[in-house]
Amino acid sequence: MDGYLGAGQRLIGGASRRALPWRASRFLYAHPRGRLALLLGPGVLWLLVFYLVALFLLLLTSLWQQDVFTAELVHRWTLSNYTKIFSGQDGLWLRVFGRTILLAAIVTVMDIALAFPLAWFMARVAPPRWRTLLFLAVVVPLWSSILVRIFAWRTILGSSGVLNSMLQEIGILSHPSSAFLYNEKAIAITWAYVWLPFMVLPIFTALEKIPDSYLEASRDLGAGSWTTFKRVIFPLAVPGVIAGSIFVFSLTMGDFVAPQLVGGGSQVLGGAIKDRFGVAADYPFGAALAMLTLLTLTVFLTITSRAGAKESL
Amino acid sequence: MTSARSKWIFGGTAGLVFAFLYLPLALIALYAFNKTTVNAWPFPGFSTRWFTKLWHDPEPKDAAWLSVQIAFFSTCVALALGTALAFAFARFHFFGREAVNFAVTLPIILPGVITGVALASFFLFTGTELSLRTVVIGHTTFCIVLVFNNVLARLRRLPLSYAEASRDLGATGLQTFRFVTLPSIRTALVAGALLSFALSFDEIAVTFFLAGADTTTLPLWILGAFRNSRSLPEVNAVATCILIISLPMIATAAYLMRDEGAAGRIVEK
Repeated sequence: MDGYLGAGQRLIGGASRRALPWRASRFLYAHPRGRLALLLGPGVLWLLVFYLVALFLLLLTSLWQQDVFTAELVHRWTLSNYTKIFSGQDGLWLRVFGRTILLAAIVTVMDIALAFPLAWFMARVAPPRWRTLLFLAVVVPLWSSILVRIFAWRTILGSSGVLNSMLQEIGILSHPSSAFLYNEKAIAITWAYVWLPFMVLPIFTALEKIPDSYLEASRDLGAGSWTTFKRVIFPLAVPGVIAGSIFVFSLTMGDFVAPQLVGGGSQVLGGAIKDRFGVAADYPFGAALAMLTLLTLTVFLTITSRAGAKESL
Repeated sequence: MTSARSKWIFGGTAGLVFAFLYLPLALIALYAFNKTTVNAWPFPGFSTRWFTKLWHDPEPKDAAWLSVQIAFFSTCVALALGTALAFAFARFHFFGREAVNFAVTLPIILPGVITGVALASFFLFTGTELSLRTVVIGHTTFCIVLVFNNVLARLRRLPLSYAEASRDLGATGLQTFRFVTLPSIRTALVAGALLSFALSFDEIAVTFFLAGADTTTLPLWILGAFRNSRSLPEVNAVATCILIISLPMIATAAYLMRDEGAAGRIVEK
């Protein structure tokens, strides 16, 4: 409250001045529309230019061609970048697309399965005073370098890695296996690992909100643990599961680092886009692949938000 | 539901999932002290030589300094734009509200690679040379929403009557903002800024497409260092240092957001 008194004294002094700030402020006070424009304008303009216009130029790039000899972008219209996805190279790009969606779906399901019991423990089982600490424990991994966290899986899954050495020590393996690293399973595990906190936190937030009385009512009405879970807890957790799934699915669809570091030769959309805009330098085709990713995510977002809306009825 | 047995089952499962979350982190820290350059198990032996090497190696330090600059500029611009947008949403009803909200959130829902290649196409079209500035533009675009979410959540709980009282006492709009509104949203601003800074500092997907030849940020340096097997433990040392530096930042952000209820906002990216 001291601050208020001090502020008040300073305010009286300010009102007597007829300086530009005062006039500007009076104008804005009298014109709420002007105030709104001033607040909204810069941010909207920024997002319009550096995001929406940029996305539109990405669309245009996917409809342009590249000169075969000079590798320069030619503003001549074509659909060949899209037909190449669907028919080019014996369906290679369709396989890349299918693999990416399948991996994204698997990783999302893996993370739901891992996150749910953890979130339930954090929100309902552990003593409430542990909650902040447990919450922090989920967040901490996000604040260390994501690249190094992905790379750590090489140390775990590699042929001289932790897993191989342990399996040999127990006697399950007689010699190191190279089956753990540089394949799609390694990519899936690594992705499930790096995105897990993004699934735990929204589910935790949803579970935390369920009133105890709901669970008691369910029990009083004679429902067992499983029925209570199926009929009460899970439906109430759906918004959290959907929010987490959107993050995990979307992050997985676009990532190119994990496939590059632990995936060996298996191509996914993110890596393919990165190569077109990098070493392969084929912007129009890369843009077409990016538009395909964008379209897939739009469909995914529409389906999940519909499912969420239906659940909440 | 919370019988002793289910308590143990959930406690055990949670323990296993936490082990899954922390095993790689433990390995990163352990292999920063690797005596050799081979990340093999059993652990080859202890040495602090990688920290010594890191101390004398200018490359990662230059890269880290560049990342700090980029994170700083992106955070500053995102603070200004995100806060203004949050005020517009808290104080006004206007046409196209949902559309603007969607546009603000989109860069964080869609993967970074999309933002990256879209802006790369944009800069190719406008003929802009890739540099520190283009990276800052890319980072700001997805940092706006972090500030926006934090400040808007705070403003929604702040009674409008404080600002009105200030105006009734004759304060100008700027004075009201400076002495009444700003002090009450200060912690939300700091929390949003910390999140933007941390996200920008570790960003790779957008940066990859927008960095010029001499814009080697720390993540780009790390990505390059993976190709050279001799510097692997040094990368681990870098990651360990980042973690140690960011721990107080996490604690600060969590402390500032503790009264926001949904502490989930700390990473609602």
